[in-house]
Amino acid sequence: MTTQMAPESMYRSTEGLGVWEHRGKVASVGIGHSPTARRWDGRAETSVGALSIQALRTAIADAGVSPDQVDGLVLVPVTTTGAHWPEDQPVPMDVVNAFNPTDDPLDGVGQLSAEWIIKNMPELTNVKFTMYAPGCMSAAIVVAAQAVGDGLASNCLVLKGWHNLEGRYNHGGISASDEVPGSFAISPGRTLWGAPGCFGTALQFAQYCTKYGKNHDMMAPFMQNSRRNGLLFPEGYWAQHRPEQLTPEDYLSSRWIAKPANLFDNDIPIMVAAAYLFTTADRAQDMAQKPVYILNHASSRGVARSITPTLEEVEAETAATGRKIYEGAGITADDLSFENMYDGFAQFHQFHIEGLRYRGMQPGDALDFYQTDISIEGPNPILSSGGNIGSGRSRFWMHTDCMQQIQGRAGARSLTGVKPEIAVSGGPMPMGGNFTVWSATPD
Amino acid sequence: MVKQGVVPEDLNRPFFEAANEGRLVIQNCSACDRLHFPPRAACDRCGSGDNMEWKQMSGRGKIYNYGVVYDCPVASLKEDLPFNLAAIMLDEDPGILMYSHLPGVPADEVPVGGAVQVIFEATANGQKVPEWQVVT
Repeated sequence: MTTQMAPESMYRSTEGLGVWEHRGKVASVGIGHSPTARRWDGRAETSVGALSIQALRTAIADAGVSPDQVDGLVLVPVTTTGAHWPEDQPVPMDVVNAFNPTDDPLDGVGQLSAEWIIKNMPELTNVKFTMYAPGCMSAAIVVAAQAVGDGLASNCLVLKGWHNLEGRYNHGGISASDEVPGSFAISPGRTLWGAPGCFGTALQFAQYCTKYGKNHDMMAPFMQNSRRNGLLFPEGYWAQHRPEQLTPEDYLSSRWIAKPANLFDNDIPIMVAAAYLFTTADRAQDMAQKPVYILNHASSRGVARSITPTLEEVEAETAATGRKIYEGAGITADDLSFENMYDGFAQFHQFHIEGLRYRGMQPGDALDFYQTDISIEGPNPILSSGGNIGSGRSRFWMHTDCMQQIQGRAGARSLTGVKPEIAVSGGPMPMGGNFTVWSATPD
Repeated sequence: MVKQGVVPEDLNRPFFEAANEGRLVIQNCSACDRLHFPPRAACDRCGSGDNMEWKQMSGRGKIYNYGVVYDCPVASLKEDLPFNLAAIMLDEDPGILMYSHLPGVPADEVPVGGAVQVIFEATANGQKVPEWQVVT
């Protein structure tokens, strides 16, 4: 079976498309997470392949389906948090051969193919549909939701795994070379001028502070809230390995990476995998968990005019994303019980939620909003998952939290100030991401 | 600060050749009169690939905003940490941004919105690139 990357036609990336044709007809019914680790320790049983299998089997069991009922698999083949397997180091064949390998020894170690998953989960005997999504779980969810709605699969697994190798990514290779190509020197992103990964967001945040009269200190309540929520997420990295609250003093005294972005404004890369099981709304009635219905998916595809996105470009794109999200779901901002927009650089969460006009927010309002009650106990919860700041870089805590909150199984993280009925999650970037609207009911 | 050397390529060679001559040129679509930076094969507005020309700029701009880099992936810049990294808006079109270390400006003392003038700075292999100085 050849697996293709999902075509752009599966995404809803423009305004004016109307209500999603499969609104309320696709549901998530199973969740599976692997344990987390800071880095890979080199063992087969902790490889990204093993973690992914564990997550998939957990999701299948959670949904209460038998593996032979699964007929679809959507996954992200890229699993790196930034580091790729070093070209000068052999792939550990003891790890490769601990599984049923494919022709590529990196499969299951530094990437994932659908073929590798199928080979190593022999209980999946009826998978007829496989597809790849780029980058993040957010994209895989969109593709799987559309696939189930379109009838390409009935019980579809959705998978994202991450590997995190030793070393600091982006510090080797071209960053260490004496000469660089002209296209790198003046390209968007890293460039000759030495911008670290968070610089573009830090620049937008600097302009945000200038434009609206805000400052970095105002992020502290958001950061504290995110870690607190993350520590209530037993699947997360901080809860499992470093159960430490983050005080405003801890946050504000942290070292700068690219001022106004400090260390804590960047999420921590980890090893982890998660999987979901999507099905049709009709089939969901017979499964083990309460269905979480998908009302819409929407995508942003913003392109910066020049070398880095400006605040103004970001604000225009997130506002358009908000409109697309609501239009396709047939809801308004007032219908959102809570939100779980992406935060992998903490400083663009406010762009996402202002774009949503969450709780009536307008551009420039979010940092003031952060000074109010944004807890899971209050009427205006912000990022109830704790996001990537609260649980490590997976880019899927937000989705899991939306499902668990609506299903009433978020445990100590359960929202008490609002009834969790409709939520939105997604990301990653304000200029480019994929977003999903989740609901307790199909209509 | 000595930046990594630059090896021009076909798409950007006119930009770097002009820099060696002390001129700032930016790609412009003559079909719809739209500036582009970084260089592109075709216009992002009208789609034309046959009308991309190089247009000389005044070399004047303003500081959009900036950050101070304390942790840099580029090995050759690490000894200069922390340093300013600003985005410069060209006077001809503030939608066109270029990076600058703002030579001569102490870290974190950047006048946001202030006027700047282009200069040309040699990189490690002698290839010059645009940099920007605050106009006092």
